[in-house]
Amino acid sequence: MSQRDLAIRAEGLVKHFKDVKAVDGVDLEVPAGTVYGVLGPNGAGKTTTVRMLATLLRPDAGNATVFGRDLISDAASVRSQVSLTGQYASLDEDLTGFENLVLLSRLYGYGKPAARGRAADLLEAFGLTAASGKQVKAYSGGMRRRLDIAASIIVTPKLLFLDEPTTGLDPRSRNQVWDVVRTIVGEGTTVLLTTQYLEEADQLASRIAVIDTGKVIAEGTPGQLKSSVGAGSIRVRLHHADQRGHAQQILVEALAGEVALDDDPVALTARLAPGHDTAVQGSHALGELARAGILVDDFSLGQPSLDEVFLSLTGKVDA
Amino acid sequence: MTVTQTTTKSDADAPAPVEKEHLRRLLATGERPAPPSAFTSARAFAWRSMLKIKHVPEQAFDILLFPIMMLLMFTYLFGGAIAGGTGDYLQFLLPGIMVMSIVMTTMYTGMSVNIDINKGVSDRFRTLPIWRAAPMVGYLLADVFRYAAAGAVMFGTGLVMGYRPEGGATGVLLGVGLLLVFCFSFSWLWTWLGLITRSEKTVMSISMSIMFPLTFLSNIMVDPSTMPGWLQPVVKNTPISQLVDGVRGLFDGNVSTASVATTLIWSAGFIAVFGFLTIRAYNRK
Repeated sequence: MSQRDLAIRAEGLVKHFKDVKAVDGVDLEVPAGTVYGVLGPNGAGKTTTVRMLATLLRPDAGNATVFGRDLISDAASVRSQVSLTGQYASLDEDLTGFENLVLLSRLYGYGKPAARGRAADLLEAFGLTAASGKQVKAYSGGMRRRLDIAASIIVTPKLLFLDEPTTGLDPRSRNQVWDVVRTIVGEGTTVLLTTQYLEEADQLASRIAVIDTGKVIAEGTPGQLKSSVGAGSIRVRLHHADQRGHAQQILVEALAGEVALDDDPVALTARLAPGHDTAVQGSHALGELARAGILVDDFSLGQPSLDEVFLSLTGKVDA
Repeated sequence: MTVTQTTTKSDADAPAPVEKEHLRRLLATGERPAPPSAFTSARAFAWRSMLKIKHVPEQAFDILLFPIMMLLMFTYLFGGAIAGGTGDYLQFLLPGIMVMSIVMTTMYTGMSVNIDINKGVSDRFRTLPIWRAAPMVGYLLADVFRYAAAGAVMFGTGLVMGYRPEGGATGVLLGVGLLLVFCFSFSWLWTWLGLITRSEKTVMSISMSIMFPLTFLSNIMVDPSTMPGWLQPVVKNTPISQLVDGVRGLFDGNVSTASVATTLIWSAGFIAVFGFLTIRAYNRK
């Protein structure tokens, strides 16, 4: 990929905090105009990486360019291309939502009337008009997050960093944030998103870097990653507990993988072998069970969880 | 039977949905304006501080009540013992106690800077293409307003108690002006501390351990010539004593240019040294 199509090119980024190597040689190539997911558990080095790329932390070693501009020697120019929505809302909690956006609009260079207009428009677009006069400390997590993203697009950035944008949100707020991210990317902004949830990276990102203990341990499209990581799972809850043995037999024959009995006396879980499509296997399994006359109360397909991704990539279970 | 009504923050007052079309339009029109001038951005931050006073009015009590308390307490507590009468003592004490209580409140600036960092809002400011010193200068500008208000309140209280400035209105205004210049400059010590310390509590305890000796070992309460010989040269030459000499002289109409000049030199020194350290710490954070 040529230099100019890359929003971020990072080589060997390192950052220590005292004795701890928070980031230990991270390489990234983020194509422009896409959502790039950085996936990893707490403490993997995601936030530190983002803070370095957003010019908030100076790397101890390595170098990076953002749209071809050097992160260290040309930091001011990088700042004029990026916005950051941090993990903890970067807003003034004592001020109202409206005041926060007016303040930031002024700092981006809008004149007073234009700043007020932009603030009101953004609040409306994000469904926050009713709360515009309330202090941010009275906002819910979802509202705060939206205001934070609104603040990041006062001036449309070429690159937007979203650090764990949905951690701690309820499912509805999470879906709204996802919609916002899709809309922002649709208008041409590149988004670098960190997350602890494989599902979120899968939903939004066109490429994912998996990061653990400060290093990138896998990189690719969500499809590549999942197939390399393997196993989805199928969970079945039966109507009659006494049919479980029979059901297990059928699933073992129908599926490539092992079938385990759950603690729940009517439930069993099949782990699929890598490289199989969970949905295809699932519908096949459901058909076989029906044909054998086994009554199924509940049936669910599971993506490989982040734990499984880590188990498979690092050979250890990550807490 | 009692009915308890619970209100949750999350979904009780659920916000309206995101309007995607509107959002798209805003993204398409979000061209970057020319970056604001240093002055405009500092003024925006000063506006922010003023809004905080509006939203958290409790802090005004600190700034206005504390000085009045100090003035009343020290005048009536020490007046008889030190000057043989409260009237004479007030005449001596007022300029000094004004310096003391206002310089003491400068430490709040360091705490505010530290809170911004720990809350994450300063991350946002630091990714903006603005003059790097703007957030700090903004704080200090708003603080200067607060100090002026505190000065006015103390002076008014003093007048009611019987204080009469020989230096007239000009002397008083110049004296307060000198005090504000010093506070603005001295505060860079706190902005630096606020940036390099871990929590606001640390900022507070370090500030206290600097402010107490600096204000009490001075000519605010008593004439240094009553102190032991070895202590006198120290006390007479601290920046606070020089400032008090200048302010008292201006209020009394018998100012020595030396103390005013020394105070201005100290002020320039504080800005040069701690202004530099502040910006360096801010950039390296």
